[in-house]
Amino acid sequence: MFGWEFPPHIAGGLGTACEGIVKGLAYNGVESIFVMPSATGDEDQSATRIINASDVAVESFTGTVDEFLDKVKFIHVDSNLIPYADPEEFSKIVEDERARQIKDFRVSFGQKYKFSGKYGANLLEEVARYAMVGGTIAMQHKDEFDIIHAHDWLTYLAGIAAKELTGKPLVVHVHATSFDRGTDDMVDSRVYAIERRGMEAADRVVTVSDLTRGIVINKYGIDPSKVVTVHNAVDFSGRENLEVERGVRDKVVTFLGRITFQKGPEYFIEAAAKVLKRTKGVRFVMAGSGDMMNRAIRMVARMGISDRFHFTGFLRGADVQKMFALSDVYIMPSVSEPFGISPLEAMRTGVPSIISHQSGAAEVLRYALKVDFWDVDAMADDIYALLTYPALSRFAAAQGYDEVNELKWNNATAKLKSVYESVLAQ
Amino acid sequence: MKKLCFYFQIHQPDRLRVFRFFDIGKDSHYYDDFVNRTILRRIASKCYLPMNDLILKAIQESKGKFKVAFSITGSVLEQFERYSPEVIDSFRALAATGNVEFLCETCNHSLSSLKSENEFRHQVLKHKATIERYFGVTPVTFRNTELIYSNSIGKTVYDLGFKTILTEGARHILGWKSPNYIYNNEAKSSQKLLLRNYTLSDDIAFRFAGSGLTAEQFVAKVNAEEGDIVNLFMDYETFGEHQSAESGIFDFMRALPKAALAAGIKFVTPSEAASGIKSIGALSVPQPISWADEERDVTAWLGNELQQDAFNKLYSLVEKLSIIDNADLWADFGRLQESDHFYYMCTKFFSDGDVHKYFNPYDTPYEAFINYMNVLSDFIIRVNDEYATKH
Repeated sequence: MFGWEFPPHIAGGLGTACEGIVKGLAYNGVESIFVMPSATGDEDQSATRIINASDVAVESFTGTVDEFLDKVKFIHVDSNLIPYADPEEFSKIVEDERARQIKDFRVSFGQKYKFSGKYGANLLEEVARYAMVGGTIAMQHKDEFDIIHAHDWLTYLAGIAAKELTGKPLVVHVHATSFDRGTDDMVDSRVYAIERRGMEAADRVVTVSDLTRGIVINKYGIDPSKVVTVHNAVDFSGRENLEVERGVRDKVVTFLGRITFQKGPEYFIEAAAKVLKRTKGVRFVMAGSGDMMNRAIRMVARMGISDRFHFTGFLRGADVQKMFALSDVYIMPSVSEPFGISPLEAMRTGVPSIISHQSGAAEVLRYALKVDFWDVDAMADDIYALLTYPALSRFAAAQGYDEVNELKWNNATAKLKSVYESVLAQ
Repeated sequence: MKKLCFYFQIHQPDRLRVFRFFDIGKDSHYYDDFVNRTILRRIASKCYLPMNDLILKAIQESKGKFKVAFSITGSVLEQFERYSPEVIDSFRALAATGNVEFLCETCNHSLSSLKSENEFRHQVLKHKATIERYFGVTPVTFRNTELIYSNSIGKTVYDLGFKTILTEGARHILGWKSPNYIYNNEAKSSQKLLLRNYTLSDDIAFRFAGSGLTAEQFVAKVNAEEGDIVNLFMDYETFGEHQSAESGIFDFMRALPKAALAAGIKFVTPSEAASGIKSIGALSVPQPISWADEERDVTAWLGNELQQDAFNKLYSLVEKLSIIDNADLWADFGRLQESDHFYYMCTKFFSDGDVHKYFNPYDTPYEAFINYMNVLSDFIIRVNDEYATKH
């Protein structure tokens, strides 16, 4: 299995999902080796064996790898392409990169390459090197695995290299696509090319929702018969809900996530303004940061609701739990969301949630309220109803809590196992 | 005989601590005491104390011919009392010479004149009482926050007993006219206006370091100006803070009184200037002007939607506060009115960005806005609670 990150050091949801998957597979009797570019050693290895690609020297090359070398030369990049970073991280990365003064782009044979395992400016370079190291690792462990599983485009080239060198089948797992990161006309064509190449080379493509499955089929032209949806799950084991003392007596409606176009922050603000026209005992919180944050702040000020609409900036760790615990309604008005784990966390905290139909989570959550992201009237209506009718919010909270506790990786990975079996049976 | 009038502004804001959304309704201490104390003590030792000492000596050596005026906000007086009371003593020593005039302004360096006439009057009278309490003198000359002035602001102040007011010699108001004369308020002809000569004021306040300017050269410049009076209005922090001691600013100021007196220049306080010089005509200022930025208007504080929304939300509380009349709430309300909080939210980063950045503890105007609104939200809760218990 090729991944990019693994808890505890994660930047996005990808590492968390990978952990859930290897644990679930272990439960279902499937052993895994997890290769990642930069392991720190404190990863939980109870369910998988972790191989740190930074420890592996690239030794032998065949013709196919030469092809990769050409590819590598071709995709030398100097752009700051950073798919999952938040702005704080972004500026740090950019500064780190400047200090590093990207070196001459040469691949040194017989040498180890120290991966950052982050999402820095040299990301495409790392992706290409990871492919070659990945191929080497696959050859070294050739007899220990039956199937290759690659998570998201960062690892697809590694997956392809492993497949070409070992002849074993490849499954690529689509957690997000370029279309979830940019708008239709602003897709990074280099990333798109890698994504498409991985999907085409794969024997099966696993998507985290039917929404993503549709994108894979329609925007990447992949044969529908080899694209399978395995919905995400969430691991709440060992998680206690926080008891938090509330400072405000008003009800709190929360948006938590990157403040970017895909997350639909403007629709939330519009809905908030509508609710505030009707009722006063409510506050709105936009937690997170992103490239649309300043625009959102100006919009709130222009609408004259800034005494009732608060921004927290980027939240980490315990503050995220605290924010959920302080909330009465959670909202995820995403314009495009492959899955969206945050409403699951909200519901697990007992917070009734409103999510957009344009999110993968909407396919599995029956007890979340669902609206179209553009329908701010419906959104305002749902917010108002959850705030005003205790019967509704109690019901949604209680049912939602039970529902998300049933979304277990053990079940999701059972489906994944059957995907593996169908590939091996071919 | 050419007259020279010095007025120095002394103010420090109550900078807010990082106030999270999570703090709303839980913790109503809004200020970063550590930062405020550190900054105040630093400036006291680098600027206020040495400069007061310099002025005191200049008055003594000139046998009372050197005169200056100060406007000291209630906000900074409160900080002096708390963190650096020796500064108050040194101002009292200056007051005792009789050669120093203390001006009246809004107690908390507020922008209330632009929004609420009631609160503006309240702030002015509060400051008047504060000056009387600290220095035993009753101020008779007014200067508004950031020298903000318009016909109607002048009139409000006149009704409160101030027959002289200081403002900016803004080019777009004066046109061909010179700031070096006394003018009167168009809406109230018996109120006199003293206008800042920004060229000569900024020669000291902004351009001194590295200019090699000497006291003699400066005096020659003053004498070369047309008109009756040259008004040099600036922040007191110019001396030792904005212009460091190494720039020679203290030597310059030490030499200036003697050089000016030797060249036949007479020092006057604003009230002396107003009573000794006749107005040459009315000045029409229908829209507020200030001494800030290239535009000399109020857009540094109320130029964008963030500032306007925060400002409107703050002043929407005036009526409830008057009914409640609670000392603690009035005190916080005063501090939250300080113009500095709105200045931090300014998005005019182009022409005057450097000056703005220098004075700003926040990385971005958005951070300033978010933090201020969190504090204000907590304050609004307190006001509403108190209001509810009284009604």
